[in-house]
Amino acid sequence: MDTLLPILAGAIFATGIYLLLRSSLILTVIGIILISNSVNLALFSLGRISTENPPLIAVGSIEPISPFANPLPQALILTAIVIGFGLLAFALALAYRSYRELGTVDQDELLKDAEDTSAGIVPRENLENGGDA
Amino acid sequence: MNGMLVLPIAIPLITATLALLFRKSSYLQRLFGLLGMGALLVSVILIFRDVQADGIQVLQLGNWAAPFGITLVVDMLAMLMIGITAIMGVVIAIYSIYDIDREREQFGYYPLLHILVMGVNGSFLTGDIFNLYVWFEVMLIASFILLALGNSKNQLQGALKYVFINLFSSLVFLFGVAMLYGMTGTLNMADLAVRLPEVENTGLVTTVAMIFMVSFGIKAAVFPLFFWLPASYHTPPVAISAIFGGLLTKVGVYALIRVFTLLFTHDTGYTHTILLWVGGFTMVIGVLGAASHVEFRKILSFHIVSQIGYMIMGLAFNTAMGIMGAIFYVLHNILAKSNLFLISGIAQRLLGTFELKKMGGLYKHYPFLAVMFLISAFALAGFPPLSGFWAKLSLVKAGLSIELYVITGVAILVGLLTLFSMTKIWLSAFWGAVPEEVPDHFGKQPLFGAGGLHILMIPVMIIAGLIILVGLNAQPLLELCMTAAEQLLNPSVYIEAVLGPQ
Repeated sequence: MDTLLPILAGAIFATGIYLLLRSSLILTVIGIILISNSVNLALFSLGRISTENPPLIAVGSIEPISPFANPLPQALILTAIVIGFGLLAFALALAYRSYRELGTVDQDELLKDAEDTSAGIVPRENLENGGDA
Repeated sequence: MNGMLVLPIAIPLITATLALLFRKSSYLQRLFGLLGMGALLVSVILIFRDVQADGIQVLQLGNWAAPFGITLVVDMLAMLMIGITAIMGVVIAIYSIYDIDREREQFGYYPLLHILVMGVNGSFLTGDIFNLYVWFEVMLIASFILLALGNSKNQLQGALKYVFINLFSSLVFLFGVAMLYGMTGTLNMADLAVRLPEVENTGLVTTVAMIFMVSFGIKAAVFPLFFWLPASYHTPPVAISAIFGGLLTKVGVYALIRVFTLLFTHDTGYTHTILLWVGGFTMVIGVLGAASHVEFRKILSFHIVSQIGYMIMGLAFNTAMGIMGAIFYVLHNILAKSNLFLISGIAQRLLGTFELKKMGGLYKHYPFLAVMFLISAFALAGFPPLSGFWAKLSLVKAGLSIELYVITGVAILVGLLTLFSMTKIWLSAFWGAVPEEVPDHFGKQPLFGAGGLHILMIPVMIIAGLIILVGLNAQPLLELCMTAAEQLLNPSVYIEAVLGPQ
């Protein structure tokens, strides 16, 4: 297990990089998802994988009986998964919105530089008109 | 223990919540924006008094002793950074009143702005490396939405590039954290600084150092990882561009300074040499990119990259003088760069475009705006007696004192090239003839008075005033930066403040 997991994490990471480099936006998103999971897996394997003893400290001693799995990295993964979930949800929404707005998921088409960069700036009349309705 | 340290995080959070509750009312949101940033500034000043009196301030959250709980630490570097963040927060809150349209206000601009400031402050305050990752993500998600808010074609394109590269950088960072934990079994930065030298496999430590350099390098936009920045920072409204250009990349620089003075100092011959090369290339490539563009905000974006190079160079010198110069440069650059962005916004409102070719006549009709631009542009290029001069002077002195003549020469040359592209903006937008097609209000709408442009001018004048003040009276700030640099180069002070006497 201890050697298998890092290799698996590396393989998933490599797959993610490959997908990142593809031109379809959807594959890019999936690539990021894979990399995110592979990093979590790496974090998991660094906390030792063991089912022998629970990480509980008996009365009177100062550390759990080894070998035990370190629970802290697992807590870190939980945090990372939650954060990753939020960010990926946003990335998917952004990809979808870009598709709706620009009509393609091909990044070469998608990312062609726009001519007029003032487009995003909404002209604002006098404050008196633009204030509260 | 100093309970006040939680304020720079709590105040923006409370303000964001209030702004979210009163989302329908633009008036209340703007009011909360101003009050919140004002309160933040006051809290930062109070913390500054403590830091001045008693040195490094520490707060163990939840009263968990140091390596186990999350620690908030304010040393002089963090202090200066949260100080400049609060100042930027205030000026951006004022500028946003006019710059941000009603629709963006309704869709949560103000809550997001405060969450962004919370994330930035959290990154500066935290003494725990995993917590730093969490604050980065808080900052990122807010910046993602701020960048995309409005859904124009430009913004979506900019946001796509920005989002994916930053997501990747965060994952690299998380992997680095995992490796660090695997080697040392701790996440507290002070504790890491104690344990890392005990790790026998120094090759692995160097590898992790490089992982961190790549991750923070993407966030700080250094060569060769900067391409996302000029592709995205010119797309959102100017208030957002300004706070991104001023603050966000500097968080990356802060993180680099922190880890490469506190954690990874085992093999400076290797890591800091790479930093030196990176700094040199960043300076040159950034300024050349700026020279080749003719769009106001794109030029400024490339200059962000170029200026980051100076900061990285100062860090790579790894002497008190060099790091002091780097910190001073960060502070000066946040002021000068944000101000140029803010001025570009006013110019766009007057002329209706950011394209230099279609701009002109600003000096003739708005001489005061031209003076404000000159002050900021000269500060950026490093003219005495403005703030940029002292920043460049300390870096050049630091470079010469350790006999790195080539890179110092490059730094001076890049300063000249900076002046070149500032001249380019000046010649076309300010001195150029009034273009044939101008909006009707050009030349008629006064900067002060009817029309509300004075709301945009107030922040510009505040920052220009600060630039002159720092320029004419640099000594106090230079001394603070020196204190910060000395603390960074002597990590035992930081470690003792966090973990208690060893």
